[in-house]
Amino acid sequence: KLAQMEEAPLYPGESIKVIAKDVMYICPFMGAISGTLTVTDYRLYIKSIERDPPFVLDVPLGVISRVEKIVAQSHGDNSFGIEIVCKDMRNLRLAYKQEEQSRLEIFENLITRAFPVSNGLPLFAFSYKEKFPVNGWQVYDPMAEYKRQGLPNESWKISRINSTFELCDTYPAILVVPTSVKDDDLSKVAAFRTKGRVPVLSWIHPESQATITRCSQPLVEPNDKHCSEDEKYLQTIMDANAQSHMLIIFDARQNSVAVTNKVKGGGCENKSSYPNVELVFLDIHNINVMRESLRKLKEIVYPTIDEDRWLANIDSTHWLEYIKMLLTGAVRIADKIESGKTSVVVHCGDGWDRTAQLTSLAMLMLDSYYRTIKGFEILIEKEWISFGHQFAVRVGHGDDDHADAERSPIFLQFIDCVWQMTRQFPAAFEFNELFLVTILDHLYSCLFGTFLFNCEQERVKQISTKTVSLWSYVNSQLDDFTNPFYVNYEHHVLYPVASLNYLELWVNYYVRWNPRMRPQVRQSWGLMPLLLVPSLLLTCAHWGFASGNLVLDPSPESPASTGPHALSA
Amino acid sequence: MLSKAAGGRPAKPSFVSYVSPEEIHIREPAGKEVNPYLLPGELLLCEASTVFKYVQEDGSNRGTYGKLVCTNFKVAFLGYESASDDNEPQFKNKVIGESDITLHCIDQIYGVYDEKKKSLYGQLKKYPEKLIIYSKDFRVFHFCLRCTKEEEVKRIVSGIVHHSQTPKLLKRLFLFSYASAAPNSPDAKNRTVMFDTFKDWHEELERTKGNVKYEVVSVNEGYRVSEKLPLYFVVPKSFLKSVTESILVHQGRGIPIWCWSCHNGAALLKMSAFPKEQDDSALQMPKLLDGIYKTIHAPPYEVLKMDDLSSSLPSLQDIQTAYTRFKQLFLIDNSIHFWDTDVKWFSLLESTNWLEIIRRCLKKSVEVVEQLERQTTNVLLIEENASDLCCVISSLVQVMMDSYCRTKFGFQSLIQKEWVIGGHSFLDRCNHLRKSDKEEAPVFLLFLDCVWQLVQQYPPAFEFTETYLTVLSDSLYIPIFSTFFFNSQHQKDTIVSGESHNAQSSPFRLLTVWDWSVQFEPKAQALLNNPLYAEKPKPDKSQRKTTRFKHHRQLSLPLTQTKSSPKRGFFREETDHLIKNILGKRISKLINSSEELHSNFREFYDSWHCKPVDFHGLLLPHIEGPEIKVWTQRYLRWIPEAQLLGGGTVAIATKFLDVMEEVQKLQKQMDEEHSQTAPEDADAVPTLRNSARLSSLFPFALLQRHSLKPVLPTSTWKDLEDEEDLAKRDDEFVELSGAD
Repeated sequence: KLAQMEEAPLYPGESIKVIAKDVMYICPFMGAISGTLTVTDYRLYIKSIERDPPFVLDVPLGVISRVEKIVAQSHGDNSFGIEIVCKDMRNLRLAYKQEEQSRLEIFENLITRAFPVSNGLPLFAFSYKEKFPVNGWQVYDPMAEYKRQGLPNESWKISRINSTFELCDTYPAILVVPTSVKDDDLSKVAAFRTKGRVPVLSWIHPESQATITRCSQPLVEPNDKHCSEDEKYLQTIMDANAQSHMLIIFDARQNSVAVTNKVKGGGCENKSSYPNVELVFLDIHNINVMRESLRKLKEIVYPTIDEDRWLANIDSTHWLEYIKMLLTGAVRIADKIESGKTSVVVHCGDGWDRTAQLTSLAMLMLDSYYRTIKGFEILIEKEWISFGHQFAVRVGHGDDDHADAERSPIFLQFIDCVWQMTRQFPAAFEFNELFLVTILDHLYSCLFGTFLFNCEQERVKQISTKTVSLWSYVNSQLDDFTNPFYVNYEHHVLYPVASLNYLELWVNYYVRWNPRMRPQVRQSWGLMPLLLVPSLLLTCAHWGFASGNLVLDPSPESPASTGPHALSA
Repeated sequence: MLSKAAGGRPAKPSFVSYVSPEEIHIREPAGKEVNPYLLPGELLLCEASTVFKYVQEDGSNRGTYGKLVCTNFKVAFLGYESASDDNEPQFKNKVIGESDITLHCIDQIYGVYDEKKKSLYGQLKKYPEKLIIYSKDFRVFHFCLRCTKEEEVKRIVSGIVHHSQTPKLLKRLFLFSYASAAPNSPDAKNRTVMFDTFKDWHEELERTKGNVKYEVVSVNEGYRVSEKLPLYFVVPKSFLKSVTESILVHQGRGIPIWCWSCHNGAALLKMSAFPKEQDDSALQMPKLLDGIYKTIHAPPYEVLKMDDLSSSLPSLQDIQTAYTRFKQLFLIDNSIHFWDTDVKWFSLLESTNWLEIIRRCLKKSVEVVEQLERQTTNVLLIEENASDLCCVISSLVQVMMDSYCRTKFGFQSLIQKEWVIGGHSFLDRCNHLRKSDKEEAPVFLLFLDCVWQLVQQYPPAFEFTETYLTVLSDSLYIPIFSTFFFNSQHQKDTIVSGESHNAQSSPFRLLTVWDWSVQFEPKAQALLNNPLYAEKPKPDKSQRKTTRFKHHRQLSLPLTQTKSSPKRGFFREETDHLIKNILGKRISKLINSSEELHSNFREFYDSWHCKPVDFHGLLLPHIEGPEIKVWTQRYLRWIPEAQLLGGGTVAIATKFLDVMEEVQKLQKQMDEEHSQTAPEDADAVPTLRNSARLSSLFPFALLQRHSLKPVLPTSTWKDLEDEEDLAKRDDEFVELSGAD
């Protein structure tokens, strides 16, 4: 009977793998809590009705980075323990009785289900059978998005050269390249760029025609090799913008790193080969530095914050400094486009980490469309998913190699930058904080197909028919994700100030497991009802009701309502 | 994309000179004489012409020529070519212009000699070519004197240095010249309670239902007892009858003075400690304490806890040191300076310790709240003079517990009660007379910063905005208001009656800062009111509350009683502490063991934060490290790099005001439809059009940025010592294991 009350709710397609009674969850904030543990193919679920209100821990297995057995001494009978390290800034400790027969079962099931890919099983997203009224897979249509930007035009064409992913296996099928470039030349340029990631258009300024193009590094090699097709190609990109006789290449790396890369076959554009090109280094560090920084950040925020040393600790992680560097780089790019009317080329090494961060942030600053909910979804679909940010590798979906050096919180860093922008411009974005947190939660959850796989080629075969898109869920309940203060600053470029005076730690994400830092709906301050008043009044007016004693009740809303798919502690 | 916006704003070439002062041919003001606007009683002391004032923005040589004057009230710069009218700032101070600095507001003066910056003080032997003035409201002025006549340079520099830095007599304060020269304006109706009459205190007692156990006394009329104490104050009933003689002996020290009563009857009191060396006072103690006991402790269930703030909070010296370091972070010379500071931001901020001091004050206040609210215990705050940290803590406790103190008039009344009448030594703490640095400590600013933390954490709970707090902090340095220019009520009364006799004329009236119309037009005053303030709910709600509260009270009383069952014994223990304390043997751990205190506090704090916030009930601040923030508006407001065009909370306020306006319009339409009578005008809402163009530092950003170009860090990076390995590691050629 007890077990029934402590049973886990299931999503369509989800099935229970193991249930164990009297498992203890050692909560760093509330102490040890004893309840029923359920492991399904999607989640780890503990419910305890000992507490009032009942305690629930509901963790998607996708967030699990590592599972380890530990021996816990101080919990009486419950001497066997599991420590679970999560990707979303928390660790969980479970303890259970030694003689319990299901002991092995729990551990084994957890390992198998948390790391399905390593165990030859499919990810849960392929079993998830929820039906939503809208289909999120239709959100992004590259042709429509390019059309919105005014493409094709006389200088830029839509090319299908990569429709079979032969030119570049990590690029999407549809690319925008200069009209005059022949396919043969494009193949030669591809041979000169790492992984064939040729310069292609990401965004075009509606008035000045200045463009943001993205690519990977040139294969200069130690002997300063050059490629005349590549040189000509960049010249064509410059010529496509009549407003400027310059082209600026933003290399996200440090100068020294770019140069050392020559030894390994890479490098950066050689100034002598590219006339009228300015090369700017943005000094942003690599994925290893970012991973290490986030590890340090987790140490200082979980489980507790050392109040006396807070500022020194936050300083020591450098996390906000890296955010500052990224925003600075993106502002420089946006400024060159907007004020300089100059086209830019952005690359790092492979052109799928820092490049994606920079182009998408610059586009967010330049184009108010991307600051709407639908626009932001398109921005992610385009700059990140279709252009081959290695989500599977960087997040490590379903993979048990927690020490994999290819994992890195690059996308998280991008979302953090977006959050910093929403803090600085609280009325400029149609979406709210919950929207960003939800995106990050499902980056790891493996519930939706959106962030699975590394590139379009891998995705194209199966993903839209066999999985559900995150945007199906989001767009079915837009009210939850809408910023009530949104004002459409159409045609306004937003330049965030990349000063540490303004950058702050995203407490409602990184420190949200700490009950003392409960997420509050600070931005809406419970004013939602009031903001709905005009439309209500209109309705009233329409029906001819008297309005003499209209009462505005700005009573506080309960803290962040989290929706059915949110992760709860 | 910005073409529309950029084109909409015509350039003002006349206002700004783009050539360096060396290149320019000094144009004498073409027949147009610029004269300073002088207040009544204000005298021009010295002036210098063709002074070049730099535009702070970019450290370039852009700026404007004008006259620099020094009066007995301010230093002012008057540009030869006045700004065009469309540049008129929306939020204008009627007393202090944007290029005016009152003498009391001058913080530091530097001279530049051969590119070297030197602090200017005392008698000057050599006169600088550039003058830099840092003001206490964080403006930085750069004046170039190269084109000014030598004579005038000498006069203006030594004039400014002299009038702003040499010690002054209280009677020489501008306050008095202004008050005698200004026309006697009729007393403006102000709902702020001044607490200078018996009635004010009596009503406060009734409001808080403290009149059961406390009463107003007039024993200090004519300052017979103490010059430090106000004319009227509140003590436990019958307290005075039993100990009157000892009061006279100790000049008002050792009297527990009532600050405020909680809804459950527990009271917050403060007391100035006996001087440590007066050992003989110990002889009086038992008697005195007996008095306190009899009165406060009379009902069986109540206990009194004492908190010696000087041992549990940072010293005034610590506060002063922290603030001196902290403010320096925001006195920014130019853009390069700003970004250099930014690179080391967190470690610099940490080293000032200012935020930590704020955190400790908030934490202490929450501890006191816990004792009052949950333990129904009277709390007695003790401090040397009971007029510094006592004011901070008692005011903060009231702001957190009493929603009346979160309205504008309630807050102003609170400042009157605890600070102005409560005897905070504004004159010494602000060092208005430049007499001694030793007494200087920004205690009131510390309080305002703590309140700001609450305001930014719970905007709908306050009737006023952060702009209100910022202009209030600026008003500390405007010597036409008496509010912040005396050490005590006694000092003010004495000097005012003395001056009135001298003047022979009708007694002059000193202005209070609470009359905001002196400084701001109604349109600007509207920005001090918070549009997001959640109005007090309807009475039926509060009805429910009181019934629930009664129930709560019945429950809690027996509980507390059992807790303190050995009443007499418990008290004795306390007396010991008090005696020890008064004898100067500082005991840091009072009453509870610190551990118990800590866990009580934690439990209370955590459980409060678990519940949804009632903006009209108890309000506790978040005191975790990340939640204590820098008061951006006050400290960054004049730094052009820190402006966000179209950003900041002002963007939200704008949206909100738009909606309000729409609601009013619709309501009006509907009223018109239903009743044919003409509706009365709705309350004016300030219009903040086009939030996309507003700066986040609105309404202060008067140094308009001349371009829409973004600000970019000039120095961005510091070395990564520990991460060098990782940074060198190669991430450029990722082997896609299993991905291909």
